Amino acid sequence: MRARYFEDVEVGEQLPPWSRQANYMHWNRYAAVNDEFVPFHMDDEEGRDAGNPQGGFGMGNLRFAYMANALRDWAGDDAAIRELGCQYRRINQKNDVLTVAATVVEKAVVDGEPRVRIEITVMNQLGESTCPGQAWVALPSRLLGA
Amino acid sequence: MAPATPQTLITEDLAASIGRWSAPLVAPPIGLAEIRRWAIATWWPETPPRLHWDEDHARATRWRGIIAPPDFNPFAWPVDRPSLVAGREYGPGGIVLTAMNGGQVDSYGDPMRPGDVISSRTAVVEVTERQGRFGLMRFTVTSTRWTNQDGAFVRDRRSTGIHYPLRPEQA
Repeated sequence: MRARYFEDVEVGEQLPPWSRQANYMHWNRYAAVNDEFVPFHMDDEEGRDAGNPQGGFGMGNLRFAYMANALRDWAGDDAAIRELGCQYRRINQKNDVLTVAATVVEKAVVDGEPRVRIEITVMNQLGESTCPGQAWVALPSRLLGA
Repeated sequence: MAPATPQTLITEDLAASIGRWSAPLVAPPIGLAEIRRWAIATWWPETPPRLHWDEDHARATRWRGIIAPPDFNPFAWPVDRPSLVAGREYGPGGIVLTAMNGGQVDSYGDPMRPGDVISSRTAVVEVTERQGRFGLMRFTVTSTRWTNQDGAFVRDRRSTGIHYPLRPEQA
């Protein structure tokens, strides 16, 4: 995976969109690795009983994984994700198209390490931000030798 | 008659627990296949980065070997099964509360690698409440701090749990 260097990143740069369509094929795989067999993520009837008329709904943790993955795919193998956080504002429904949207908003040297701050969220196909947050990612540097 | 509006959702036990760290919980050693499966599941249907499954490739990176994605959970699949009745808790006077995941902020230190043994300690670090969309709502911030077998910091997750009284039709 191509390295992304600190010097090559501009404030205002948007990361490439990173999308997945939500459905039980994805949710079941995630439940299997994270042991997250919560009834309202597994079954439409359980989702409706939990107050979501459309049925089962997706895991917040999986959207969190999508954000981490989008950062890794953009930043490359030699980057280090130092912080990632979000607020869960909306649930995601079955068949939603989820797209990680992220923009570099700051460059700084923190603890001697060149880092970028990124505003990040997962959008749905209606253009709604489901989990706004931010990340700090340490990038390799040609000038700073990091 | 409508149930009385509670004055607070913070029990004495919860207030007393703030800042009190749990005993360490220790996960089994991380397996290479666990990391690979995690990456496949979360990148699905695309192929995950080689950093998470190809040792020869990963050795040539700054990490000098395979690392796990930062959100990897080595505590999944405990032998002692937790209750599947998630998100229900009781407030003062036994009032039934329902829960939402408000969000989380992770800070990361050393990456997790195959063979690592991760220890976890947890503490409630802040509890507040205010009027919101569902009436009186409680916000509980919990810190879960992971270290590896060398005592190195791996991850701190600050999670916000939101609790509010269950509506009568949900009880």
